[in-house]
Amino acid sequence: MEQHHHILSVLVENKAGVLSRVAGLFTRRGYNIFSLAVSPTEDNRYSRMTVVVDGDSSPIEQVTKQLNKLIPVIEIRELAASDAVERELLLATVKAGPEERSHLIDLVSIFDGQVIDVGVASVTVMVAGTPDGLDAVSDLLAPYGISELQRTGRVALPRLIRGSRPLKAVKSSEQ
Amino acid sequence: MKLTGAQALIKSLELEGTEVVFGLPGGAILPVYDPLIDSSIRHILVRHEQGAGHMAEGYAHATGRPGVAMVTSGPAATNIVTPLCDAYMDSIPLVVITGQVPYSVIGTDAFQECDTVGITMPVTKHNWLITDPADIPEIVREAFHVATTGRPGPVLIDIPKDIAIDSMDWYWPESVDLPGYKPTNKVSTKLIKDAARLMGTAKKPVIYAGGGILKARAAEALRELAEMTGIPVVTTLMARGAFPDRHDLCLGMPGMHGNYTAITALQEADLLIALGSRFDDRVTGKVAAFAPNAKIIHVDIDPAEIGKVRRPDVPIVGDCRRVIEELVKAVRSDLEKRHWPDLIPWWSEIRTWQRDFPLYYEQEEDGPLKPQFVIEKLRDLSPDDTIVASGVGQHQMWASQHWKFDYPYTWVNSGGLGTMGFSVPAAIGAKVGRPERTVWSIDGDGCFQMTAQELVTASAEQIPIKVAILNNAYLGMVRQWQEMFYEERYSEVYLSPDLPDYVKWAEAMGCVAFRVDAPEDVAPTIEKANAITDRPVVIDFRTDFREKVFPMVPAGASNSDVLPGPTPNGAK
Repeated sequence: MEQHHHILSVLVENKAGVLSRVAGLFTRRGYNIFSLAVSPTEDNRYSRMTVVVDGDSSPIEQVTKQLNKLIPVIEIRELAASDAVERELLLATVKAGPEERSHLIDLVSIFDGQVIDVGVASVTVMVAGTPDGLDAVSDLLAPYGISELQRTGRVALPRLIRGSRPLKAVKSSEQ
Repeated sequence: MKLTGAQALIKSLELEGTEVVFGLPGGAILPVYDPLIDSSIRHILVRHEQGAGHMAEGYAHATGRPGVAMVTSGPAATNIVTPLCDAYMDSIPLVVITGQVPYSVIGTDAFQECDTVGITMPVTKHNWLITDPADIPEIVREAFHVATTGRPGPVLIDIPKDIAIDSMDWYWPESVDLPGYKPTNKVSTKLIKDAARLMGTAKKPVIYAGGGILKARAAEALRELAEMTGIPVVTTLMARGAFPDRHDLCLGMPGMHGNYTAITALQEADLLIALGSRFDDRVTGKVAAFAPNAKIIHVDIDPAEIGKVRRPDVPIVGDCRRVIEELVKAVRSDLEKRHWPDLIPWWSEIRTWQRDFPLYYEQEEDGPLKPQFVIEKLRDLSPDDTIVASGVGQHQMWASQHWKFDYPYTWVNSGGLGTMGFSVPAAIGAKVGRPERTVWSIDGDGCFQMTAQELVTASAEQIPIKVAILNNAYLGMVRQWQEMFYEERYSEVYLSPDLPDYVKWAEAMGCVAFRVDAPEDVAPTIEKANAITDRPVVIDFRTDFREKVFPMVPAGASNSDVLPGPTPNGAK
């Protein structure tokens, strides 16, 4: 993942205007949001925001402290890339006539993706993956001709602690 | 018990201990003004909503209690944005209530609709749009809690007209539950010890006291700490009076227009004990060159202030009073164990600066009236505990420099935002909060013209403040910068000494008014003004427009390059 990006997992009260407060804070303090995803959590009183911040433009300690001052912000966890599982969803409409379709389907299936819509001269594919993986997917789709592409921004959760010693082995083998 | 939303709001304000509300009614807030007639709360009818906000600020400055202002929707709400921002910058507890168009028509661009919550989000500690009358008691409690705890600040409650009319079952919540708001109240013993140890090794320490001392009501604790250690104290613009100016250990105000000794002591220090101060650019000058040899102990209730500008060696998050009290204990036990460095060499350096570079001006007997002379006469002829409220500009700096602030909560000014026009309404608010005190507004002619209409409020409500206009016929601070940094090219800074005629204007607003041109008339006129206690007084002091504020650290320069200005014996 990008060198200076920090993932903040921010638990907020599920109330009107919270996104606006968070976004406004970033604007006011001159911080840059690289990507942002918001969704309800298992508890309907709260939502979780996954904010990816550019650490070069935004001193991460200040970002966290200022976010903490927002009343509806309950908890902030900074997830180091190595301590988090993160995923993102990509939809892309790619030019593909009848001849190219099968190639495209093969390509997308390598990434566990799916074709979700088919037109006369194009198809729309869906791939979920890590941000780096999706970068690779879009590079590989580019030669076909991408007419539209949309990514959701990443969501992330901390890695589970599965015991003290074996944990390290598991982690390093996963990386 | 069934109450309307409006009744619930007023009752909640009463239960929060609100004595006075500064405000101005209008369409959307009409329902809330009705139960006010039957309430114990005093309402002060202002002439402009900005005045209501600054009055509430002045009240909060002087009393430590939250100031409450209430206005209608739309233009009234936007008019109160400036005081909100001012209070946000200076950490003043305010509760502002705004009317809103009925909830059912929000978003339709209804008459006098504006997105008050959206507009005020970046200038409040928090704000609320009430969507159900049943939420009113809870939200009012939360609002007062948020405004007054932790780092204080302004909050806003936006109440749509239909919510104020609808009824609810009255209740009063026992406590406040805000899961995302838990101000720190634990103080780390280890860090206190670290701080005491650092203090006990420093050879050139300075206490850099900020507005947090006043917010935490820590002036006595600060005095104990300073006296116990013999460490010199500087008080920032927001902390004037937090430590007595006439105290031997006090070096006065640092910063862009601080005195030479305070600026230089910070600059030469090997340890800064920053207590409730935030390393504001007006204090530090060029940050990279600020106090280059100093270790830093930084105490602040707001964790975000720690390390924002300068990374401290000992970071302590906590209420200033509690932290200082703990520090006093730790220092006492450290002093028993170890010998602390002798501060005599440090003090002899400081005394040399004080001797060579005192604040200085010359008032010629027949010469033009010097603003500093007026301020010193005001100071000497008014009671010791007089409250001074200033606007923003040269007069503010002279007032801060030359008034000897010996008591906390006697200096009311707009520090962070630098809001011209703050003085008159803030003085009114301070006088409402402290009616037994003499309250002088020291204002500039430019500032006065921005909010003078509130003197009508002062006359009508019998709030006998006194206003000294230091009338130099210019936007003086801007003129000073144009003289010094723009080759004397004066662009749009001339006002006029007699347009408006300040005496006639003040009289038209129900005040007693005087004009003073000559130095010998200053004292007798101030005495006359101080003897008037039944209505506001305005004195138009015609001062020398050439006078500049010194010392001065030019914008962006290092504090080491301070321009001391004229000195009594020509020291440079």
